[in-house]
Amino acid sequence: MVGIESASQVTSWLVTGRILFLMIHVLGIMCFAYIVARRMVPLLRAERDFRFDHPWLRSGRVLKFWLGQWKQPRYKLAGTLHISIFAGFIVLAVRAFSVLIVGVSENFVMPGLAGRAGPVYDIITDYAATIVLLCMVIAVIRRLVFRPARYAVPARYGKAHTADAIFLLSLIAILMVADSLFAAARAAAPSQPGQSIETLAAFSLPWILQKALVSTSLSLSLPTLGRLYFGAYLVHELTFYFLLCYRPFGIQFHVETSLFNIYFAKLDREILKPVRWGVADEHLDQVKSFGVKTFEDFTWKHMLDFYSCADCGRCSDNCPANAVGRPLSPRFIGIKARDYAFQHYPVIGRAQNGAALVGGKDSGGIYSEDEIWSCTTCGACEAECPLLVEYIDKIVDLRRGMVDDGNVPQSLQKPLKALESRGNPYGKMEKKKADWTNAKDFQQVCPVKTLNDHNGADTLYFVDSITSYDDRMQSIGRATAKILSHVGENFGILGAAEKDSGHEVRRFGEETLFMALRDHNVDAIKASGVRRIVTADPHAYNALKHDYKDVPPVEHISQVIASELKAGKIKFNPLDDKNNVYTYHDPCYLGRHNQVYDDPRDVLDAIPGLKRVEMTRCRDRSFCCGGGGLMLFYEPKEDQRMGVKRVQMAAEAGANVIVTACPFCMVNIEDAIKVAGLEGKMTAIDLAELVDQQIARESQKVA
Amino acid sequence: MEILVCARRVPDTSENEIQLNSGGNDIERDELVYSINEADNYAVEEALQIVARVGGTVTVATVGGEDDEEILRREMAMGANHGVLITDEAFSGSDGKGIATILKAFVQKGHYDLILTGVQAEDSAAQVGGMLAALLDYPFASLVNSIEVLDSKKLKVSREIEGGNKEMNEIDLPCVLSIQTGINEPRYVGIRGIRQVASVPIPTFGASELGVDPGAVGGAGAKVKRVDYFVPALGKGAEILRGSREENVDKVLELVAAKGGFK
Repeated sequence: MVGIESASQVTSWLVTGRILFLMIHVLGIMCFAYIVARRMVPLLRAERDFRFDHPWLRSGRVLKFWLGQWKQPRYKLAGTLHISIFAGFIVLAVRAFSVLIVGVSENFVMPGLAGRAGPVYDIITDYAATIVLLCMVIAVIRRLVFRPARYAVPARYGKAHTADAIFLLSLIAILMVADSLFAAARAAAPSQPGQSIETLAAFSLPWILQKALVSTSLSLSLPTLGRLYFGAYLVHELTFYFLLCYRPFGIQFHVETSLFNIYFAKLDREILKPVRWGVADEHLDQVKSFGVKTFEDFTWKHMLDFYSCADCGRCSDNCPANAVGRPLSPRFIGIKARDYAFQHYPVIGRAQNGAALVGGKDSGGIYSEDEIWSCTTCGACEAECPLLVEYIDKIVDLRRGMVDDGNVPQSLQKPLKALESRGNPYGKMEKKKADWTNAKDFQQVCPVKTLNDHNGADTLYFVDSITSYDDRMQSIGRATAKILSHVGENFGILGAAEKDSGHEVRRFGEETLFMALRDHNVDAIKASGVRRIVTADPHAYNALKHDYKDVPPVEHISQVIASELKAGKIKFNPLDDKNNVYTYHDPCYLGRHNQVYDDPRDVLDAIPGLKRVEMTRCRDRSFCCGGGGLMLFYEPKEDQRMGVKRVQMAAEAGANVIVTACPFCMVNIEDAIKVAGLEGKMTAIDLAELVDQQIARESQKVA
Repeated sequence: MEILVCARRVPDTSENEIQLNSGGNDIERDELVYSINEADNYAVEEALQIVARVGGTVTVATVGGEDDEEILRREMAMGANHGVLITDEAFSGSDGKGIATILKAFVQKGHYDLILTGVQAEDSAAQVGGMLAALLDYPFASLVNSIEVLDSKKLKVSREIEGGNKEMNEIDLPCVLSIQTGINEPRYVGIRGIRQVASVPIPTFGASELGVDPGAVGGAGAKVKRVDYFVPALGKGAEILRGSREENVDKVLELVAAKGGFK
């Protein structure tokens, strides 16, 4: 007979512990199973999504992003806390399971922990519970005292989530204390005379509690210890099952869903979701409705994303639209959809579906139109999300739904119409597409041929609309052509046969127009017979690389320059003005979406005398300049321009020259320099322009 | 409410560089892109919104040729129930009154409570709406920028007055209204929408079906004839302010105030 009765043997209210706990188990598990089954209902009514391929690759990503918590350290304190809690939970999972069984069968020992491993595991769990409890305390203090800005809930999105968070943290804390008290009481009992001593990990929570229980000042009797032991066990049981069944009602559901969310996460992030999974382009005309109009138009994986969001706010913390006060916060795209799901697919009661999601509160919608148009698809949210939640596909799908309903802002209708009739958003004549090559002093040094039946080339320079037609950006086109010419590339352009790449057309949800532009360009590219494509526009680069099929390989000019530099074909003259400090701004579609971070930096660092600094937000945390393509036509509601914020970041980094590698970044940053009142103090230059300016050409070498 | 919208296909001014042809009597039409006349598009949207509120159908009609079918398809993709192409060789070269005469004949073939036109065609003279109303002996309101259906016999419309003021009118049905741009926000129609109505038949009406005397319309009946077409010589250019920022701001305020920009 041990010092105190095992929980399963305690009899009270005429019910033995064994039966009581068995009932709690059965009820708890049934309840949880029922709630989860109800939560799955919308997923079964959702659109298809093919996520069942590459099991090994997906499992590897589970190891990296789930077990390895790969993205957590991007936020140091929160990340450390989360990793500690997560690790604690993983360690405690086995203990929790065996403790639950002990309530029914007192001699149960988890297989594998019967021998020496048992005590070692116990010591680890003692510390794990202690660490988790400490983390809870720190988390509560953070929530109440330090209040990180990213947890705040703007009034338009409802009430603060602080109370929910603290409730949840407290439940976990109670679980940890109950678990430790249970162990402490059991350990305290044998220390009565004549009993063997159970060792607890020194300075762990159970150890401290045990020390307190056996201290002479308390002098607890054996029956009292027994009641304490039983009480702690009961509290642990009840808290455990309450927490289990409470989880599917909020952000805490990510404990269950995260593993699946990461397993099924999108593998090829850069490729936009098709309009409808399993429907080929040529059959799209038969699809009755495009995009997401009602909740059920989301795919099951996107719904799983909503369930999995942990409300950590990292997406919105990095979202440039949110930062400048546009009515978009990616965090609430998810939270609002989750709340919609909870409300329309209740655990008890009938499911009701069918309401339109976009259109403001009056019509029952949860998203405003401006909210959905505010996104620049820069990808900062997705780069940050520890749970690999997808945002861009959802935004694009919602836009597809709006476009399908004719619900497009007036400011975007003109450029879309012009793209349809003229192939560029400005409504400029096709025959003027190659006019940028006719500039006098340029044409003499660098004639550019237009590819046709008589004029072939190895390489196509895909110029795209803005570089072809915009007076300022034509300079980037000419610089690109001169670089290609300098390295001896046999290249040409499509001229009037080139239409807009359609990159933003697609991302603004006009899939049919995009397909028309793409098909035209693919035919023109194929007819030109080129073997590779070069572009200086990251948006065109991304479209050609990921949205187009069956076209030759495509490179961005920064990649071409970097490789020619290595091959020794490009040499630079030293900079004239050595006082300038340069910083490189990563264009979203070159950096985050295509991971071209080093080539442009290598090129800059190869220019003798160039002093370069990094902005705090660089590489995959780069801050969008304001967006390209159709975004230039959209009139957002915002407090400030994204570009202005970006220019200020460059100034803070101590730079006075911003180098970028995208014509749209150039538009936004040059405008922002003026708006920020930094004219004369700050300049912007495209990488191609800078390279063209610094290239050491034969004639100069003599001098 | 049965609504007829009279629409017209015009060269899109925002997507063309308008140049004179070698004869100097018309514009060079080889590389033009066309679209529906902007104000007509607003008229169709307004008709659709009225029908959404009070029920009925929207018919869009245009006087033109085969090429003009494209705008009918576009408006049908927006939601118009019927598109009608009024076409006859005898109609070509019609002046404003000719077009109004043709449209009058078409209106009398059906039963329309309300007839909308754009306030003016971008390549024309803002005259068809008024003439059509007069020929039909219907009441007419021009420059309409809001419509409220009071009952089956009456509308309340507001008209834009020079200087940005508004005038409210009650008008009896049936009537003709010319619609000002900005009255609403027309919905977007893309290639997909047009494709979806590609196989819907578009009936055509000629002079004989409408009972129009070919001699009274077309070039033969036109009493207004275009004799020349030219791009006016550039007048005095924009004024460029070359002072300091503060001086320029003051100057701009002064200039805007002088033109009646502030109230």
